[in-house]
Amino acid sequence: MTSLLIRNASVLGGEVRDLAIADGRFVEVEALADPGRVIDAEGLIALPGFVDLHTHLREPGREDAETVLTGSQSAARGGYTAVHAMANTAPVADTAGVVEQVWNLGREAGWTEVVPIGAVTVGQQGEQLAELGAMARSAADVRIFSDDGHCVADPLLMRRALEYVKTFDGIIAQHSQEPRLTEGAQMNEGIVSSELGLPGWPAVAEEAIIARDILLAEHVGSRLHVCHLSTRGSVELVRWAKSRGVAVTAEVTPHHLMLTDELVRSYDPLYKVNPPLRTRADVDAVRAGLADGTIDVIGTDHAPHTAEHKCCEWTAAAMGMVGMETALAIVVEAMRDHDFGWSDVARVMSSRPAEISGLPEQGSLAPGRGANLVLVDPDAAVRVDPNEHATLGRNNPFAGFEVSTRIVHTVLYGHQVVADGSLTTAHPITEGGSWIV
Amino acid sequence: MRHLLSTTDLTRDDAVDLLDVAEEMAQVSEREVKKLPVLRGRTVVNLFFEDSTRTRLSFEAAAKRLSADVINFSAKGSSVSKGESLQDTMQTLAAMGADAVVVRHAGSGTPHRLATSGWIDVPILNAGDGTHEHPTQALLDSFTLRRVRGGLPASGPAEGARGTDLAGSTVAIVGDILHSRVARSNVHLLNTLGAQVVLIGPPTLMPWGVEEWPAEVFYDYDDALAAHEFDAVMMLRVQLERMHQSFFPNPREYTRLWGLTPQRYRALPGHTAIMHPGPMNRGFEICAEAADSPRAVVLSQVANGVAVRMAALYRLLMGTESEGRS
Repeated sequence: MTSLLIRNASVLGGEVRDLAIADGRFVEVEALADPGRVIDAEGLIALPGFVDLHTHLREPGREDAETVLTGSQSAARGGYTAVHAMANTAPVADTAGVVEQVWNLGREAGWTEVVPIGAVTVGQQGEQLAELGAMARSAADVRIFSDDGHCVADPLLMRRALEYVKTFDGIIAQHSQEPRLTEGAQMNEGIVSSELGLPGWPAVAEEAIIARDILLAEHVGSRLHVCHLSTRGSVELVRWAKSRGVAVTAEVTPHHLMLTDELVRSYDPLYKVNPPLRTRADVDAVRAGLADGTIDVIGTDHAPHTAEHKCCEWTAAAMGMVGMETALAIVVEAMRDHDFGWSDVARVMSSRPAEISGLPEQGSLAPGRGANLVLVDPDAAVRVDPNEHATLGRNNPFAGFEVSTRIVHTVLYGHQVVADGSLTTAHPITEGGSWIV
Repeated sequence: MRHLLSTTDLTRDDAVDLLDVAEEMAQVSEREVKKLPVLRGRTVVNLFFEDSTRTRLSFEAAAKRLSADVINFSAKGSSVSKGESLQDTMQTLAAMGADAVVVRHAGSGTPHRLATSGWIDVPILNAGDGTHEHPTQALLDSFTLRRVRGGLPASGPAEGARGTDLAGSTVAIVGDILHSRVARSNVHLLNTLGAQVVLIGPPTLMPWGVEEWPAEVFYDYDDALAAHEFDAVMMLRVQLERMHQSFFPNPREYTRLWGLTPQRYRALPGHTAIMHPGPMNRGFEICAEAADSPRAVVLSQVANGVAVRMAALYRLLMGTESEGRS
């Protein structure tokens, strides 16, 4: 029996006590006969390991931008014990073969639990359904389906997808972007885009799809997840849907909680992202939505790109930002003026996303559950330096930010993968094995 | 002034100074030997990622009249079309010893990016970037307006405009404001120089949030003509590709509602100058009667373009300390 004792941690920022782990699960402290390894967590906050519903690990296809290994290491450094790998790889994760490949790469890497997301449509082309059932029944056990990067714009196809995944209690995670309203779009449509002469991406292009999808989900009684919601109107729509009892969940990124389109005045492609950075009013609205539970989770939309896709003119640059290693710190800074404690952080970054994805071993510190845990220093003084990060992507928009929160230790199924902020050893599992004995 | 990227970077004094230097340059254009030795040995690169024969020729003439060596770099047929990055292009030009780069690009903000990227450390002149800005066009428009307002010849050598701005004048800009870099640069510069700006065009071709701009907005051309006695009416070119994107039903309706038709032309006050950045779509946004009238200053705008580009190159490469104002 391998065991681990966490001493004097402030659990969810409250009571200071010990946490005991044996054979990959949390156990009662009294049940731990031999403490084995001990982590002194004096002054640290214990939270359940984070679960990211939205990352781009780029493998297969763009291993120059990120691999499942480097993305997993980045996740571990960011306190994530589970990450969901988006389907827009090359080839697209639209078959059981590709999702199993990604799933296996994650298990072999052993830094975080990699949960593949399957594409909704073949090749993410928006024309016909991918083999959703085959992906759901594969070893990867896919439950979340998304064409992220593209919107499932065809209303009939979206309706069919929502209905079909009821077969296996699946969920459609929609990238809400009306394609005709965003042709050639380069940034948020507003005062700044008009001045800069960059084609605009209007809020209505997001809100129109969210409104439609809410009505579809209600009509067919299915589960809808709204990816990276970014506008004030979107928050209002999701709030309205929840008041009607529609099974909708919503996600916001750290960057949409913190940054505005004013940054685009620099024409620095570091700030080019999809959906685009919005206005101050939108930032205030997504913060309020996160605080009151309208927005369920933080999803990083971690999107690494090689330097050549960012070191160019704005209009030629790729869209996307990395963010797993700064997510917690940015969420804490963004929510400072709200009544938003550590238990709220645990809710939006761990327990709620685990619940949405159906991961029973993630998202909880309770005895019997998977021993996935992060220990956080709440009084650190950190200057964000993307060059120190594990991700291959250097496109982190928070470079130079002074933040007060630091990931100290990360424990994946009882194995310490990060110690004092640095990667230790991986916790891989071999074919047929399991993290829980 | 390190670069010329946007007219928002110009104060009133910067702008008046540039126009005054351009007045000096306009004198040169009438000499038998149209050349000043001030930029001898300097190399100006015209880096055109987008075709624009008129603007490139104007910059080339300006640089040559100041005795600079000119290298024309057209993206077509160069390694750029084979996938060379902007960074490599710029570092190559820097290694060749460029002293200034005039850049035209279809992407808004590219000159700004070149000026701030660290790839090359020379003055950058924006010769038109996407739908963002075209600062030398706005400068030549203001130069022309300043002349016209003072009752002076619209181009060529003249005395009397130096030191003045455009306070008290009213200028209409008509047409596709949304996609027009000329309109953006003019709105800023005309305001800086004290002019009142009136934007006229279909709502589909107005930028989002235009009501926040320092300009009065009319959707109805005739309402605007009834409300103001314009010192100038600046007609914008409507790009052919807009004709079939439902910005307006068809060219005939556009002409009826927003064209400078003979009826509208005849209704203008006698002193209103007719301006157009060229090339004109005759019979579409402007009728031949207006385009060919004595009040049309379109060719003067072209002539003044060389003078203001000379002034801009001179100021960027020589600075303000060594200036030799008469």
